[in-house]
Amino acid sequence: MKILVCISHVPDTTSKINFTENDTKFDANGVQFVINPYDEFCLTRAMWFKEKQGASVTVVNVGGAETEPTLRKALAIGADDAIRVNSVPTDGMQVAKELAAVVKNGDYDLVLAGKESADYNGQMVPGMLATLTDFNFVNGCVGLEIDGTNVTAEREIDGGNETVSSSLPVVIGGQKGIVEEKDLRIPNMRGIMMARKKPLNVIEAIGGEVATTIQSFEKPAPKGTVKLVDADNVDELINLLHNEAKVI
Amino acid sequence: MSVLVFADSSEGKFKKTAFEVVSYGKKVAEQLETTIVVLTINASDSSELYNYGAEKVISVSNDSLKTFNAKQYAAVVNEVAKSENATVVVIDSSIDGLYLSPIVAVNLDAGYASNVVDLPTSVSPFTVKRKAFSNKAFSNTVISTSVKVIGLAKNSYGVHENMVSGTTESFEATVIDAGVTSEKLDKVTGTVTIADAEIVVSAGRGLKGPENWGMIEELADVLGAATACSKPVSDLGWRPHAEHVGQTGKPVASNLYIAIGISGAIQHLAGINASKVKVVINTDPEAPFFKAADYGIVGDAFEVVPKLIEKLKAFKAA
Ligand SMILES: Cc1cc2nc3c(=O)[nH]c(=O)nc-3n(C[C@H](O)[C@H](O)[C@H](O)COP(=O)(O)OP(=O)(O)OC[C@H]3O[C@@H](n4cnc5c(N)ncnc54)[C@H](O)[C@@H]3O)c2cc1C
Ligand SMILES: Nc1ncnc2c1ncn2[C@@H]1O[C@H](COP(=O)(O)O)[C@@H](O)[C@H]1O
Repeated sequence: MKILVCISHVPDTTSKINFTENDTKFDANGVQFVINPYDEFCLTRAMWFKEKQGASVTVVNVGGAETEPTLRKALAIGADDAIRVNSVPTDGMQVAKELAAVVKNGDYDLVLAGKESADYNGQMVPGMLATLTDFNFVNGCVGLEIDGTNVTAEREIDGGNETVSSSLPVVIGGQKGIVEEKDLRIPNMRGIMMARKKPLNVIEAIGGEVATTIQSFEKPAPKGTVKLVDADNVDELINLLHNEAKVI
Repeated sequence: MSVLVFADSSEGKFKKTAFEVVSYGKKVAEQLETTIVVLTINASDSSELYNYGAEKVISVSNDSLKTFNAKQYAAVVNEVAKSENATVVVIDSSIDGLYLSPIVAVNLDAGYASNVVDLPTSVSPFTVKRKAFSNKAFSNTVISTSVKVIGLAKNSYGVHENMVSGTTESFEATVIDAGVTSEKLDKVTGTVTIADAEIVVSAGRGLKGPENWGMIEELADVLGAATACSKPVSDLGWRPHAEHVGQTGKPVASNLYIAIGISGAIQHLAGINASKVKVVINTDPEAPFFKAADYGIVGDAFEVVPKLIEKLKAFKAA
């Protein structure tokens, strides 16, 4: 089984978000970038298929050279090789089109992507990729088993879970549950040394028209300060929630 | 030309987000000086949608579409979008909506903006405001394709009554090969889900142990709220994983979010910031949650919560 794990390179969750150039560009200054948390869950599941079922694991990112340390980290966790599509994407459709070309060329059986990236929160790349490649698609995946070409997956639905079956090739939009937090791996020294020697192939983008463009960014209006209510006066809280906030 | 809205239903009943997307679609249609068309699949009473501005409803009833299947549903949306000559398609951000929209966008060769929080600020160029960076910022995005798909963020625009005299047409949709088959549904019934709840009562490590959740459940019960928890609480196994909210858990976009014994770490706030009104109850006045909240009580949950329950019961009875 050939697995492709799509890795997006995102600001660490605690990063302060700022913009430059008249609020048109994300300010990467001083920001630490990491593997998107959802993608890390997917990569860990892929490692399991590698170790238990002999799968090969390729990681891919569509991005500029600055994303290579993130791909190296994925190699250190255990992926066999990496691909960077050399393009700084501006929207999800563009990413999906580049990834679709990689998928078609590489003959992958299973494509794992996160259900959402922590930067633009598009929640769109996996579904677009599946549709462009005509692969089956399970989103919001919290459990995944593969037996031959049979796929059994669990996905989250409002108020519960759904078990679904499908067949390879498939694109999975994964999240926590596909593995648990405790299963996540921190690269060790040996992994980091080995990662340096693993192939990281840079390929040129196919390009094309862009469907959406970000014109500017803005930050939420500063919030007013909290109204404190005395602990002995919960009636006042009820009054405020009822008459002022009108939420109860 | 038209604005097509997909109004999602579950077991025949519309979700609250269905009324929100219809309210929104009606306004977008007005901005574009065109008409709104609402698509429903296996909904029992489509006339409910007239209250929110649905002038024309296209109703698909088909037993093969009984359980949601993203690929099949997307094909139906696609078919109706084509036949109605839709230039804008509006879909909600429920779990199903988020599954559906990217497929619809590719099918229609449309630009897709997810997480949209308000009406287009301009229709030419077509510009929408979207949440980004886990609620820490917004982006103003221009969609330049001729057909546009909008994913409306939950509880962002709100439900607006706008009574019209509507009509419903039934439509024979083509059902395509599913690709993915539903085998089993495990659904908790009878409780309010975090996704649907108007009010969410959430508690953290400050509660000390799972044995203390009785008062949290009781408070939720009085308010008709869903219960939620911080990540360590579900990691410790005090509460089920389904209750974990925040950046790596479920997102919350309720009208009221009450955080009890939760410090307000950035990853927690990232997932709940979209809630309209936030209340914090915490012993530590320095807890970061006080910076994010609208109302706060500095106090011990074990004293404050029982009092709150008692007073709320009196309030509800009055
Ligand atoms: C990558 C990453 C992702 C994460 N994702 C999430 C996420 O999705 N969701 C999430 O919640 N966290 C997430 N976290 C964890 C987050 O950083 C915090 O550790 C967590 O939110 C803290 O949970 P807590 O507030 O319940 O506990 P604590 O931080 O221990 O806070 C307990 C609070 O209770 C108060 N308290 C104590 N006793 C009482 C009392 N008797 N009455 C009232 N108050 C009392 C204390 O003053 C304190 O403020 C993530 C972390 C990382 C690194
Ligand atoms: N630039 C990218 N390169 C590779 N994979 C990506 C990229 N952007 C998004 N993805 C994948 O798509 C998932 C969902 O991203 P998004 O649709 O942007 O929220 C991510 O979790 C990644 O797995």
